[in-house]
Amino acid sequence: MIRNINTNKKENGNQADNSRACGLHCLKIKDISVKMGEHVIIDNVNLHIHCGKVTVIIGRNGAGKTTLIKAILGEIDHSGSIEFMDLKDKSVENLKIGYVPQYVNIEKNTPMSVYDLFAGYISNVPIFLRKSKKVYETIRESLRVFDAEHLIDKRASDLSGGELQRVLLAIAITPIPNLLLLDEPVSGIDRKGMDLFYKNIQKLKENYDLAMIVVSHDFEFVRQYADHVILLDKTIKKEGTFEEVRQCEEFKKVFGRGIDEYSL
Amino acid sequence: MNILYDIMEKILPFSWVEYNFMKNALLAIIIITPLFGILGTMVINNRMAFFSDALGHSALTGIAVGTIFGISDTNISMVLYAIIFAILLNYIKRRKTLSTDTVISVFSSLSMSIGLMILSKGGNFSRYSSMLVGDILSITVKEVGLLCIIFFITLIYWLLAFNKLHSVGVNISLARSKNIKSNLLEDSFSILIAIIVMLSIKWVGILIINALLILPAATSRNIASNVREYHLFSILVAIFSGVIGLVLSFYLGTATGPTVVIIAAILFFATLFISSIKSK
Repeated sequence: MIRNINTNKKENGNQADNSRACGLHCLKIKDISVKMGEHVIIDNVNLHIHCGKVTVIIGRNGAGKTTLIKAILGEIDHSGSIEFMDLKDKSVENLKIGYVPQYVNIEKNTPMSVYDLFAGYISNVPIFLRKSKKVYETIRESLRVFDAEHLIDKRASDLSGGELQRVLLAIAITPIPNLLLLDEPVSGIDRKGMDLFYKNIQKLKENYDLAMIVVSHDFEFVRQYADHVILLDKTIKKEGTFEEVRQCEEFKKVFGRGIDEYSL
Repeated sequence: MNILYDIMEKILPFSWVEYNFMKNALLAIIIITPLFGILGTMVINNRMAFFSDALGHSALTGIAVGTIFGISDTNISMVLYAIIFAILLNYIKRRKTLSTDTVISVFSSLSMSIGLMILSKGGNFSRYSSMLVGDILSITVKEVGLLCIIFFITLIYWLLAFNKLHSVGVNISLARSKNIKSNLLEDSFSILIAIIVMLSIKWVGILIINALLILPAATSRNIASNVREYHLFSILVAIFSGVIGLVLSFYLGTATGPTVVIIAAILFFATLFISSIKSK
Protein backbone atom coordinates (compact mmCIF):
# COMPACT_ATOMS: atom_id res chain seq x y z
CA MET A 1 0.00 0.00 0.00
CA ILE A 2 1.44 3.34 -0.97
CA ARG A 3 0.53 5.39 2.02
CA ASN A 4 2.62 8.47 1.32
CA ILE A 5 0.86 9.39 -1.87
CA ASN A 6 -1.89 11.63 -0.75
CA THR A 7 -4.26 11.49 -3.64
CA ASN A 8 -7.19 12.10 -1.42
CA LYS A 9 -6.40 14.21 1.59
CA LYS A 10 -9.83 14.02 3.08
CA GLU A 11 -9.66 10.28 3.29
CA ASN A 12 -6.24 10.01 4.81
CA GLY A 13 -6.73 12.74 7.34
CA ASN A 14 -8.67 10.56 9.71
CA GLN A 15 -6.47 7.52 9.50
CA ALA A 16 -4.77 6.31 12.62
CA ASP A 17 -1.06 6.01 12.02
CA ASN A 18 -0.85 2.33 12.81
CA SER A 19 -3.50 1.44 10.26
CA ARG A 20 -2.54 -0.69 7.29
CA ALA A 21 -5.59 0.39 5.36
CA CYS A 22 -4.63 2.50 2.39
CA GLY A 23 -7.84 4.50 2.38
CA LEU A 24 -7.72 4.44 -1.36
CA HIS A 25 -10.46 1.96 -1.99
CA CYS A 26 -13.99 3.12 -1.82
CA LEU A 27 -17.30 1.49 -2.06
CA LYS A 28 -20.26 3.37 -3.44
CA ILE A 29 -23.64 1.98 -2.66
CA LYS A 30 -26.05 3.90 -4.84
CA ASP A 31 -29.84 4.07 -4.63
CA ILE A 32 -30.36 0.64 -3.17
CA SER A 33 -34.04 -0.21 -2.88
CA VAL A 34 -35.64 -3.51 -2.02
CA LYS A 35 -39.27 -4.31 -2.64
CA MET A 36 -41.20 -7.41 -1.79
CA GLY A 37 -44.35 -7.21 -3.84
CA GLU A 38 -45.85 -3.83 -3.04
CA HIS A 39 -44.00 -3.60 0.22
CA VAL A 40 -40.94 -1.34 0.27
CA ILE A 41 -38.35 -2.64 2.71
CA ILE A 42 -35.36 -0.53 1.75
CA ASP A 43 -35.86 2.82 0.10
CA ASN A 44 -33.05 4.57 -1.72
CA VAL A 45 -30.07 3.93 0.49
CA ASN A 46 -26.85 5.64 -0.50
CA LEU A 47 -23.62 4.81 1.25
CA HIS A 48 -20.04 5.75 0.73
CA ILE A 49 -17.57 3.53 2.49
CA HIS A 50 -13.78 3.58 2.64
CA CYS A 51 -11.35 0.88 3.55
CA GLY A 52 -10.12 1.02 7.11
CA LYS A 53 -13.44 2.38 8.33
CA VAL A 54 -16.06 0.79 10.49
CA THR A 55 -19.59 1.75 9.52
CA VAL A 56 -22.26 0.70 11.98
CA ILE A 57 -25.91 0.36 11.08
CA ILE A 58 -28.37 0.83 13.92
CA GLY A 59 -32.14 0.88 13.90
CA ARG A 60 -35.26 -0.64 15.38
CA ASN A 61 -36.26 -4.24 14.74
CA GLY A 62 -37.68 -4.57 11.27
CA ALA A 63 -35.94 -1.43 10.02
CA GLY A 64 -34.40 -3.44 7.19
CA LYS A 65 -30.87 -3.81 8.53
CA THR A 66 -30.48 -7.47 7.67
CA THR A 67 -32.24 -6.91 4.35
CA LEU A 68 -29.75 -4.19 3.46
CA ILE A 69 -26.86 -6.50 4.33
CA LYS A 70 -28.37 -9.24 2.18
CA ALA A 71 -28.91 -6.82 -0.68
CA ILE A 72 -25.25 -5.82 -0.54
CA LEU A 73 -24.39 -9.51 -0.50
CA GLY A 74 -26.47 -9.95 -3.63
CA GLU A 75 -28.75 -12.46 -2.00
CA ILE A 76 -31.86 -10.33 -2.31
CA ASP A 77 -32.99 -8.70 -5.53
CA HIS A 78 -32.53 -4.96 -5.37
CA SER A 79 -32.39 -1.92 -7.58
CA GLY A 80 -29.44 0.47 -7.56
CA SER A 81 -25.77 -0.38 -7.82
CA ILE A 82 -22.73 -1.21 -5.77
CA GLU A 83 -19.45 0.04 -7.11
CA PHE A 84 -16.05 -0.72 -5.79
CA MET A 85 -13.37 1.72 -6.89
CA ASP A 86 -9.68 2.25 -6.58
CA LEU A 87 -9.40 6.00 -6.03
CA LYS A 88 -5.79 6.01 -7.18
CA ASP A 89 -6.59 5.32 -10.80
CA LYS A 90 -10.39 5.47 -10.69
CA SER A 91 -10.64 1.91 -11.89
CA VAL A 92 -13.58 -0.25 -10.95
CA GLU A 93 -12.53 -3.47 -9.29
CA ASN A 94 -14.22 -6.69 -8.36
CA LEU A 95 -15.56 -6.49 -4.85
CA LYS A 96 -14.76 -9.37 -2.55
CA ILE A 97 -17.19 -9.58 0.35
CA GLY A 98 -16.67 -11.36 3.64
CA TYR A 99 -19.75 -12.10 5.67
CA VAL A 100 -20.34 -13.09 9.27
CA PRO A 101 -23.91 -14.32 9.68
CA GLN A 102 -26.13 -13.61 12.66
CA TYR A 103 -26.12 -17.27 13.55
CA VAL A 104 -25.37 -20.58 11.93
CA ASN A 105 -27.68 -23.45 12.53
CA ILE A 106 -25.46 -26.38 13.42
CA GLU A 107 -27.50 -29.09 15.04
CA LYS A 108 -26.13 -30.90 18.03
CA ASN A 109 -24.23 -34.05 17.07
CA THR A 110 -23.54 -32.89 13.54
CA PRO A 111 -20.41 -34.75 12.52
CA MET A 112 -18.47 -31.74 11.33
CA SER A 113 -15.15 -30.52 12.65
CA VAL A 114 -14.11 -26.89 12.46
CA TYR A 115 -11.77 -27.96 9.68
CA ASP A 116 -14.71 -29.40 7.71
CA LEU A 117 -16.80 -26.30 8.27
CA PHE A 118 -13.97 -24.03 7.19
CA ALA A 119 -12.59 -26.07 4.28
CA GLY A 120 -16.05 -26.44 2.76
CA TYR A 121 -16.09 -22.72 2.10
CA ILE A 122 -12.56 -22.14 0.94
CA SER A 123 -11.30 -25.33 -0.66
CA ASN A 124 -12.21 -27.72 -3.44
CA VAL A 125 -10.44 -30.70 -1.91
CA PRO A 126 -13.41 -32.94 -1.06
CA ILE A 127 -13.70 -32.86 2.72
CA PHE A 128 -15.34 -36.28 2.88
CA LEU A 129 -12.28 -37.85 1.30
CA ARG A 130 -9.27 -36.45 3.08
CA LYS A 131 -7.76 -33.63 5.05
CA SER A 132 -5.46 -31.59 2.88
CA LYS A 133 -2.28 -30.56 4.70
CA LYS A 134 -2.08 -27.33 2.77
CA VAL A 135 -5.67 -26.36 3.48
CA TYR A 136 -5.22 -27.39 7.12
CA GLU A 137 -2.29 -24.99 7.45
CA THR A 138 -4.16 -22.14 5.74
CA ILE A 139 -7.07 -22.64 8.10
CA ARG A 140 -4.81 -22.73 11.14
CA GLU A 141 -3.17 -19.48 10.01
CA SER A 142 -6.57 -17.80 9.69
CA LEU A 143 -7.83 -19.11 13.01
CA ARG A 144 -4.64 -17.90 14.68
CA VAL A 145 -5.58 -14.29 13.88
CA PHE A 146 -8.43 -14.69 16.36
CA ASP A 147 -6.62 -17.00 18.78
CA ALA A 148 -8.74 -19.93 17.71
CA GLU A 149 -6.23 -22.30 16.14
CA HIS A 150 -6.74 -24.83 18.93
CA LEU A 151 -10.34 -25.29 17.79
CA ILE A 152 -9.49 -26.71 14.38
CA ASP A 153 -10.16 -30.37 15.18
CA LYS A 154 -13.06 -29.79 17.53
CA ARG A 155 -16.60 -30.55 16.55
CA ALA A 156 -18.29 -27.36 15.37
CA SER A 157 -21.44 -28.19 17.30
CA ASP A 158 -19.45 -28.35 20.55
CA LEU A 159 -18.14 -24.78 20.30
CA SER A 160 -19.47 -21.97 22.48
CA GLY A 161 -21.14 -19.02 20.82
CA GLY A 162 -18.01 -16.91 21.12
CA GLU A 163 -15.74 -19.64 19.78
CA LEU A 164 -17.99 -20.32 16.83
CA GLN A 165 -18.08 -16.65 16.06
CA ARG A 166 -14.30 -16.40 15.99
CA VAL A 167 -14.28 -19.31 13.55
CA LEU A 168 -16.87 -17.53 11.40
CA LEU A 169 -14.78 -14.35 11.47
CA ALA A 170 -11.77 -16.35 10.32
CA ILE A 171 -13.82 -17.86 7.49
CA ALA A 172 -15.02 -14.40 6.48
CA ILE A 173 -11.48 -13.05 6.11
CA THR A 174 -10.18 -16.03 4.13
CA PRO A 175 -9.32 -14.90 1.52
CA ILE A 176 -9.11 -11.30 2.73
CA PRO A 177 -12.16 -9.41 1.44
CA ASN A 178 -12.49 -5.73 0.58
CA LEU A 179 -15.67 -5.43 2.54
CA LEU A 180 -16.60 -7.29 5.70
CA LEU A 181 -20.28 -7.50 6.60
CA LEU A 182 -21.21 -8.41 10.17
CA ASP A 183 -24.85 -8.93 11.02
CA GLU A 184 -25.46 -8.50 14.77
CA PRO A 185 -22.30 -10.38 15.53
CA VAL A 186 -22.61 -10.41 19.30
CA SER A 187 -26.11 -11.82 19.70
CA GLY A 188 -25.94 -14.79 22.04
CA ILE A 189 -22.42 -14.14 23.25
CA ASP A 190 -21.43 -13.42 26.82
CA ARG A 191 -19.71 -10.21 27.91
CA LYS A 192 -16.23 -11.72 27.84
CA GLY A 193 -16.79 -13.01 24.33
CA MET A 194 -18.08 -9.61 23.28
CA ASP A 195 -14.99 -7.80 24.56
CA LEU A 196 -12.78 -10.25 22.73
CA PHE A 197 -14.85 -9.75 19.62
CA TYR A 198 -14.46 -5.99 19.75
CA LYS A 199 -10.73 -6.35 20.19
CA ASN A 200 -10.72 -8.52 17.10
CA ILE A 201 -12.60 -5.91 15.11
CA GLN A 202 -10.03 -3.35 16.17
CA LYS A 203 -7.27 -5.72 15.12
CA LEU A 204 -8.86 -6.19 11.70
CA LYS A 205 -9.22 -2.46 11.30
CA GLU A 206 -5.58 -1.87 12.13
CA ASN A 207 -4.02 -4.74 10.24
CA TYR A 208 -6.08 -5.28 7.14
CA ASP A 209 -7.02 -3.22 4.15
CA LEU A 210 -10.75 -3.68 4.42
CA ALA A 211 -13.96 -1.79 5.13
CA MET A 212 -16.50 -3.05 7.63
CA ILE A 213 -20.24 -2.69 7.88
CA VAL A 214 -21.60 -3.88 11.22
CA VAL A 215 -25.20 -4.19 12.31
CA SER A 216 -25.21 -3.65 16.05
CA HIS A 217 -27.41 -2.86 19.01
CA ASP A 218 -24.55 -2.41 21.41
CA PHE A 219 -24.08 1.32 21.82
CA GLU A 220 -20.99 0.83 23.91
CA PHE A 221 -19.41 -0.76 20.84
CA VAL A 222 -20.81 1.89 18.54
CA ARG A 223 -19.42 4.68 20.69
CA GLN A 224 -15.95 3.18 20.86
CA TYR A 225 -15.35 1.70 17.45
CA ALA A 226 -17.67 3.21 14.87
CA ASP A 227 -16.17 5.70 12.43
CA HIS A 228 -19.53 6.28 10.89
CA VAL A 229 -22.99 5.55 12.22
CA ILE A 230 -26.12 5.10 10.17
CA LEU A 231 -29.59 5.18 11.62
CA LEU A 232 -31.71 3.07 9.31
CA ASP A 233 -35.45 2.86 9.07
CA LYS A 234 -36.27 1.83 5.52
CA THR A 235 -33.98 4.61 4.44
CA ILE A 236 -31.14 6.48 6.10
CA LYS A 237 -32.71 8.71 8.73
CA LYS A 238 -29.47 10.15 9.98
CA GLU A 239 -25.76 9.52 9.57
CA GLY A 240 -22.57 10.85 11.04
CA THR A 241 -20.59 10.20 14.20
CA PHE A 242 -22.34 8.45 17.05
CA GLU A 243 -22.61 11.74 18.93
CA GLU A 244 -24.28 13.39 15.95
CA VAL A 245 -26.72 10.54 15.40
CA ARG A 246 -27.50 10.34 19.11
CA GLN A 247 -28.66 13.93 19.21
CA CYS A 248 -31.22 13.64 16.43
CA GLU A 249 -34.96 13.34 16.97
CA GLU A 250 -35.33 10.04 15.10
CA PHE A 251 -32.79 8.39 17.32
CA LYS A 252 -34.65 9.45 20.44
CA LYS A 253 -37.90 8.27 18.92
CA VAL A 254 -36.54 4.80 18.18
CA PHE A 255 -34.42 4.16 21.21
CA GLY A 256 -36.28 6.33 23.69
CA ARG A 257 -34.95 8.51 26.42
CA GLY A 258 -33.37 5.57 28.17
CA ILE A 259 -30.45 5.97 25.82
CA ASP A 260 -28.26 7.58 28.44
CA GLU A 261 -27.91 4.26 30.15
CA TYR A 262 -26.61 2.67 26.93
CA SER A 263 -23.97 5.28 26.39
CA LEU A 264 -21.83 4.76 29.44
CA MET B 1 -21.05 -61.02 -16.45
CA ASN B 2 -20.48 -64.76 -16.28
CA ILE B 3 -16.99 -64.16 -14.96
CA LEU B 4 -18.47 -62.07 -12.16
CA TYR B 5 -20.97 -64.86 -11.40
CA ASP B 6 -18.14 -67.42 -11.26
CA ILE B 7 -16.15 -65.29 -8.88
CA MET B 8 -19.15 -64.84 -6.63
CA GLU B 9 -19.83 -68.56 -6.59
CA LYS B 10 -16.22 -69.24 -5.69
CA ILE B 11 -15.85 -66.78 -2.83
CA LEU B 12 -19.29 -67.13 -1.32
CA PRO B 13 -19.78 -70.57 0.19
CA PHE B 14 -23.56 -70.32 0.51
CA SER B 15 -26.32 -72.23 -1.18
CA TRP B 16 -28.20 -69.10 -2.29
CA VAL B 17 -25.35 -68.11 -4.58
CA GLU B 18 -26.53 -70.81 -7.01
CA TYR B 19 -29.47 -68.65 -8.01
CA ASN B 20 -28.74 -65.98 -10.58
CA PHE B 21 -31.47 -63.71 -9.20
CA MET B 22 -29.69 -63.71 -5.85
CA LYS B 23 -26.41 -62.82 -7.50
CA ASN B 24 -28.03 -59.94 -9.37
CA ALA B 25 -29.75 -58.80 -6.21
CA LEU B 26 -26.50 -58.92 -4.28
CA LEU B 27 -24.75 -56.84 -6.94
CA ALA B 28 -27.60 -54.34 -6.93
CA ILE B 29 -27.46 -54.09 -3.13
CA ILE B 30 -23.71 -53.54 -3.23
CA ILE B 31 -24.24 -50.64 -5.63
CA ILE B 32 -27.41 -49.07 -4.22
CA THR B 33 -26.64 -49.15 -0.51
CA PRO B 34 -23.36 -47.21 -0.50
CA LEU B 35 -24.99 -44.75 -2.88
CA PHE B 36 -27.79 -44.22 -0.40
CA GLY B 37 -25.31 -44.09 2.43
CA ILE B 38 -23.42 -41.27 0.75
CA LEU B 39 -26.45 -39.25 -0.32
CA GLY B 40 -28.11 -39.68 3.05
CA THR B 41 -25.37 -37.73 4.81
CA MET B 42 -26.29 -34.64 2.84
CA VAL B 43 -30.03 -35.25 2.95
CA ILE B 44 -29.83 -35.12 6.75
CA ASN B 45 -27.34 -32.24 6.90
CA ASN B 46 -29.43 -30.05 4.63
CA ARG B 47 -32.68 -31.11 6.31
CA MET B 48 -34.16 -32.70 3.22
CA ALA B 49 -35.55 -35.89 4.74
CA PHE B 50 -39.11 -34.77 4.23
CA PHE B 51 -38.28 -33.72 0.70
CA SER B 52 -36.85 -37.10 -0.30
CA ASP B 53 -39.85 -38.81 1.28
CA ALA B 54 -42.22 -36.73 -0.82
CA LEU B 55 -40.13 -37.53 -3.86
CA GLY B 56 -40.48 -41.25 -3.24
CA HIS B 57 -44.23 -40.91 -2.95
CA SER B 58 -44.40 -39.11 -6.26
CA ALA B 59 -43.21 -42.24 -8.09
CA LEU B 60 -46.74 -43.55 -8.64
CA THR B 61 -47.82 -40.19 -10.00
CA GLY B 62 -44.91 -40.35 -12.43
CA ILE B 63 -46.13 -43.68 -13.73
CA ALA B 64 -49.71 -42.43 -13.87
CA VAL B 65 -48.82 -39.30 -15.80
CA GLY B 66 -46.70 -41.47 -18.08
CA THR B 67 -49.66 -43.69 -18.95
CA ILE B 68 -51.68 -40.61 -19.90
CA PHE B 69 -48.99 -39.34 -22.24
CA GLY B 70 -48.47 -42.82 -23.58
CA ILE B 71 -44.90 -43.25 -22.35
CA SER B 72 -44.52 -46.99 -22.02
CA ASP B 73 -41.16 -46.95 -20.22
CA THR B 74 -42.12 -46.26 -16.62
CA ASN B 75 -38.51 -45.38 -15.75
CA ILE B 76 -38.57 -42.41 -18.11
CA SER B 77 -41.93 -41.09 -16.96
CA MET B 78 -41.05 -41.48 -13.27
CA VAL B 79 -37.68 -39.75 -13.60
CA LEU B 80 -39.09 -36.90 -15.68
CA TYR B 81 -41.96 -36.36 -13.28
CA ALA B 82 -39.69 -36.47 -10.23
CA ILE B 83 -37.27 -33.94 -11.71
CA ILE B 84 -40.09 -31.50 -12.48
CA PHE B 85 -41.55 -32.10 -9.03
CA ALA B 86 -38.17 -31.48 -7.34
CA ILE B 87 -37.47 -28.25 -9.21
CA LEU B 88 -41.00 -27.00 -8.58
CA LEU B 89 -40.64 -27.67 -4.86
CA ASN B 90 -37.32 -25.81 -4.75
CA TYR B 91 -38.83 -22.89 -6.59
CA ILE B 92 -41.79 -22.58 -4.24
CA LYS B 93 -39.54 -23.07 -1.24
CA ARG B 94 -37.39 -20.10 -2.29
CA ARG B 95 -40.36 -17.76 -2.50
CA LYS B 96 -40.61 -18.18 1.25
CA THR B 97 -44.33 -17.49 1.45
CA LEU B 98 -44.99 -20.76 3.29
CA SER B 99 -42.80 -22.88 5.51
CA THR B 100 -40.96 -25.64 3.69
CA ASP B 101 -42.70 -28.46 5.54
CA THR B 102 -46.10 -27.12 4.59
CA VAL B 103 -45.14 -26.64 0.95
CA ILE B 104 -43.80 -30.16 0.65
CA SER B 105 -46.76 -31.65 2.47
CA VAL B 106 -49.34 -29.91 0.31
CA PHE B 107 -47.64 -30.73 -2.97
CA SER B 108 -46.76 -34.24 -2.05
CA SER B 109 -50.28 -35.18 -1.02
CA LEU B 110 -51.78 -33.49 -4.06
CA SER B 111 -49.36 -35.20 -6.40
CA MET B 112 -49.84 -38.60 -4.78
CA SER B 113 -53.61 -38.33 -4.92
CA ILE B 114 -53.52 -37.47 -8.59
CA GLY B 115 -51.38 -40.53 -9.19
CA LEU B 116 -53.57 -42.84 -7.16
CA MET B 117 -56.71 -41.50 -8.82
CA ILE B 118 -55.41 -42.15 -12.31
CA LEU B 119 -53.95 -45.56 -11.51
CA SER B 120 -56.99 -46.78 -9.60
CA LYS B 121 -59.34 -45.94 -12.44
CA GLY B 122 -60.95 -49.18 -13.62
CA GLY B 123 -59.75 -51.08 -10.55
CA ASN B 124 -56.29 -51.75 -11.90
CA PHE B 125 -54.33 -50.53 -8.94
CA SER B 126 -53.22 -53.93 -7.68
CA ARG B 127 -50.89 -54.07 -10.68
CA TYR B 128 -48.82 -51.33 -9.07
CA SER B 129 -48.96 -52.42 -5.48
CA SER B 130 -45.63 -54.25 -5.83
CA MET B 131 -44.10 -50.77 -6.10
CA LEU B 132 -44.92 -50.16 -2.47
CA VAL B 133 -42.55 -52.76 -1.06
CA GLY B 134 -40.31 -53.28 -4.05
CA ASP B 135 -38.75 -56.49 -5.27
CA ILE B 136 -35.02 -56.55 -5.59
CA LEU B 137 -35.00 -60.23 -6.56
CA SER B 138 -36.50 -59.36 -9.94
CA ILE B 139 -33.70 -57.04 -11.01
CA THR B 140 -32.03 -57.88 -14.33
CA VAL B 141 -28.39 -57.62 -15.36
CA LYS B 142 -29.14 -54.65 -17.61
CA GLU B 143 -30.73 -52.79 -14.73
CA VAL B 144 -27.76 -53.51 -12.49
CA GLY B 145 -25.61 -51.95 -15.22
CA LEU B 146 -27.80 -48.84 -15.18
CA LEU B 147 -27.39 -48.54 -11.41
CA CYS B 148 -23.65 -48.85 -11.91
CA ILE B 149 -23.63 -45.88 -14.28
CA ILE B 150 -25.59 -43.78 -11.81
CA PHE B 151 -23.18 -44.79 -9.10
CA PHE B 152 -20.26 -43.35 -11.03
CA ILE B 153 -22.13 -40.19 -11.97
CA THR B 154 -22.91 -39.66 -8.29
CA LEU B 155 -19.30 -40.19 -7.31
CA ILE B 156 -18.12 -37.58 -9.79
CA TYR B 157 -20.81 -35.17 -8.65
CA TRP B 158 -19.82 -35.75 -5.06
CA LEU B 159 -16.15 -35.08 -5.72
CA LEU B 160 -16.95 -31.83 -7.51
CA ALA B 161 -19.83 -30.47 -5.50
CA PHE B 162 -19.73 -31.87 -1.98
CA ASN B 163 -17.80 -29.03 -0.32
CA LYS B 164 -20.05 -26.38 -1.76
CA LEU B 165 -23.22 -28.31 -1.05
CA HIS B 166 -22.08 -28.82 2.51
CA SER B 167 -21.41 -25.09 2.88
CA VAL B 168 -24.82 -24.16 1.53
CA GLY B 169 -26.34 -26.46 4.14
CA VAL B 170 -24.50 -24.72 6.99
CA ASN B 171 -25.45 -21.19 6.00
CA ILE B 172 -26.71 -20.11 2.64
CA SER B 173 -25.75 -16.43 2.93
CA LEU B 174 -22.24 -17.29 4.01
CA ALA B 175 -21.96 -19.65 1.05
CA ARG B 176 -23.13 -16.96 -1.32
CA SER B 177 -20.59 -14.51 0.05
CA LYS B 178 -17.98 -17.03 -1.09
CA ASN B 179 -19.47 -17.01 -4.58
CA ILE B 180 -21.06 -20.41 -4.23
CA LYS B 181 -24.03 -20.78 -6.56
CA SER B 182 -26.52 -22.05 -4.01
CA ASN B 183 -29.56 -22.38 -6.28
CA LEU B 184 -27.67 -24.34 -8.91
CA LEU B 185 -26.31 -26.67 -6.24
CA GLU B 186 -29.62 -27.22 -4.50
CA ASP B 187 -31.34 -27.90 -7.80
CA SER B 188 -28.69 -30.26 -9.10
CA PHE B 189 -28.65 -32.18 -5.84
CA SER B 190 -32.44 -32.43 -5.83
CA ILE B 191 -32.39 -33.70 -9.40
CA LEU B 192 -29.75 -36.26 -8.55
CA ILE B 193 -31.80 -37.50 -5.60
CA ALA B 194 -34.88 -37.58 -7.83
CA ILE B 195 -33.15 -39.72 -10.45
CA ILE B 196 -31.66 -42.13 -7.95
CA VAL B 197 -34.82 -42.52 -5.92
CA MET B 198 -36.86 -43.17 -9.05
CA LEU B 199 -34.47 -45.67 -10.58
CA SER B 200 -34.16 -47.67 -7.40
CA ILE B 201 -37.74 -47.49 -6.21
CA LYS B 202 -38.83 -50.65 -8.03
CA TRP B 203 -36.25 -52.63 -6.10
CA VAL B 204 -36.50 -50.92 -2.77
CA GLY B 205 -40.14 -49.88 -2.62
CA ILE B 206 -41.91 -46.57 -2.09
CA LEU B 207 -42.63 -47.20 1.56
CA ILE B 208 -39.07 -47.94 2.55
CA ILE B 209 -36.87 -45.94 0.22
CA ASN B 210 -36.62 -42.96 2.54
CA ALA B 211 -35.72 -45.17 5.48
CA LEU B 212 -32.87 -46.58 3.45
CA LEU B 213 -31.71 -43.09 2.59
CA ILE B 214 -31.91 -41.74 6.14
CA LEU B 215 -31.05 -44.64 8.45
CA PRO B 216 -27.40 -45.28 7.54
CA ALA B 217 -26.51 -41.59 7.77
CA ALA B 218 -28.51 -41.15 10.97
CA THR B 219 -26.69 -44.15 12.45
CA SER B 220 -23.37 -42.69 11.45
CA ARG B 221 -24.20 -39.36 13.08
CA ASN B 222 -24.45 -41.14 16.39
CA ILE B 223 -20.79 -42.07 16.35
CA ALA B 224 -18.95 -39.88 13.82
CA SER B 225 -17.16 -36.69 14.76
CA ASN B 226 -16.19 -35.31 11.37
CA VAL B 227 -17.29 -35.46 7.76
CA ARG B 228 -14.89 -38.25 6.83
CA GLU B 229 -16.10 -40.55 9.59
CA TYR B 230 -19.65 -39.58 8.79
CA HIS B 231 -19.29 -40.89 5.24
CA LEU B 232 -17.29 -43.95 6.16
CA PHE B 233 -19.67 -45.20 8.86
CA SER B 234 -22.71 -44.36 6.77
CA ILE B 235 -21.43 -46.41 3.84
CA LEU B 236 -20.44 -49.32 6.07
CA VAL B 237 -23.79 -49.38 7.84
CA ALA B 238 -25.61 -49.20 4.50
CA ILE B 239 -23.69 -52.06 2.90
CA PHE B 240 -23.78 -54.19 6.02
CA SER B 241 -27.51 -53.90 6.53
CA GLY B 242 -28.11 -54.30 2.79
CA VAL B 243 -26.18 -57.54 2.45
CA ILE B 244 -27.29 -59.05 5.74
CA GLY B 245 -30.88 -58.00 5.02
CA LEU B 246 -30.81 -59.66 1.60
CA VAL B 247 -29.46 -62.94 2.92
CA LEU B 248 -31.84 -62.95 5.86
CA SER B 249 -34.81 -62.25 3.63
CA PHE B 250 -33.78 -65.24 1.51
CA TYR B 251 -33.79 -67.60 4.47
CA LEU B 252 -36.85 -66.10 6.16
CA GLY B 253 -38.83 -65.73 2.97
CA THR B 254 -39.59 -62.06 3.73
CA ALA B 255 -39.50 -59.02 1.46
CA THR B 256 -35.93 -57.74 1.14
CA GLY B 257 -36.53 -54.00 1.57
CA PRO B 258 -38.16 -54.10 5.00
CA THR B 259 -35.63 -56.67 6.23
CA VAL B 260 -32.79 -54.35 5.26
CA VAL B 261 -34.49 -51.44 6.98
CA ILE B 262 -34.94 -53.41 10.19
CA ILE B 263 -31.23 -54.32 10.29
CA ALA B 264 -30.32 -50.66 9.73
CA ALA B 265 -32.74 -49.58 12.44
CA ILE B 266 -31.20 -52.04 14.91
CA LEU B 267 -27.79 -50.54 14.12
CA PHE B 268 -29.24 -47.07 14.63
CA PHE B 269 -30.48 -47.86 18.11
CA ALA B 270 -27.29 -49.69 19.00
CA THR B 271 -25.16 -46.66 18.05
CA LEU B 272 -27.57 -44.32 19.78
CA PHE B 273 -27.13 -46.39 22.93
CA ILE B 274 -23.33 -46.32 22.57
CA SER B 275 -23.24 -42.56 22.05
CA SER B 276 -25.50 -41.89 25.03
CA ILE B 277 -23.22 -44.00 27.24
CA LYS B 278 -20.17 -42.15 25.94
CA SER B 279 -21.63 -38.72 26.56
CA LYS B 280 -22.46 -39.56 30.20
